[in-house]
Amino acid sequence: MSTIEERVKKIIIEQLGVKEEEVKSEASFENDLGADSLDTVELVMALEEEFETEIPDEEAEKIKTVQAAIDYVTNHAND
Amino acid sequence: MTTTMQGQVALVTGASRGIGKAIAEQLAAQGVKVIGTATSEKGAEAISAYLGEHGEGRQLDVTDADSVAGVLAAIDETYGQLDILVNNAGITKDNLLMRLKDDDWDAVMDTNLKSVYRLSKAVMRGMMKRRSGRIINISSVVGTTGNPGQTNYCAAKAGLVGFSKALAQEIAARGITVNCVAPGFIDTDMTKSLTEDQKQAIFANIPASRLGQPEEVAAAVVFLASPGAAYITGETIHVNGGLAMV
Repeated sequence: MSTIEERVKKIIIEQLGVKEEEVKSEASFENDLGADSLDTVELVMALEEEFETEIPDEEAEKIKTVQAAIDYVTNHAND
Repeated sequence: MTTTMQGQVALVTGASRGIGKAIAEQLAAQGVKVIGTATSEKGAEAISAYLGEHGEGRQLDVTDADSVAGVLAAIDETYGQLDILVNNAGITKDNLLMRLKDDDWDAVMDTNLKSVYRLSKAVMRGMMKRRSGRIINISSVVGTTGNPGQTNYCAAKAGLVGFSKALAQEIAARGITVNCVAPGFIDTDMTKSLTEDQKQAIFANIPASRLGQPEEVAAAVVFLASPGAAYITGETIHVNGGLAMV
């Protein structure tokens, strides 16, 4: 079983079409990984599905970096 | 690119009669599974009757988010992912502005405009994931030209055009198109309720010198829903016999 961090990074790589080495913890989706606002929405959708959770809009808006995504899932994942 | 609509799934609101019925029938004729909605159980049964094996009627209140969620969940379960959304349901509550009641304004806005926000938002996730989808909103020529006694209706129908252009820009890169079809004066129950004076004034301005038929509006909807229209988005097709050329 992969760790949460590995699973989150895998989704980011798939969704944003970026290279593994670009997905650093402090990387910002929009500023560093070339995502637009809709890409970020889709990324949150993918995280919701992978971790079978529902991320409220006000929380989703705060998920702007790789680390923020890992932190959110770590704190809220069902498994 | 596939050139057939065979096996796709469409939701058409307000499909018990008039333009919505014609749209549902023509989509069904293309091999599309059609779920047509009506506000009453009786209306839903009538839709099931004319669609036969091509789909079914369902009761839906487009102003009720729970009702919308329920119908979409049922479609997903029975037919799978929705490919085509046709927002056709609409009402009129005509009066001169000076006599218009708040309730008349709110009812028309909720049924004709907010419902489109509600339904479009509800289908967005599925269409985004599949990188394909068609949203077609039925506007009206009076959204462009205005019509006395219809400030509420004209505002809502013009609102659909702006809504469609904005959403089209948001999701074009995901393979989803959002367009409007704007009927002129079509031979339906809705135009039968116009006064004789209103009709005479309108007729004098229609170069085609006749009312349009619901099938003539449906043809434009089917085109926009077809694979051939994939590069058309944020557009409004006017079907009005030359009444307004915009």
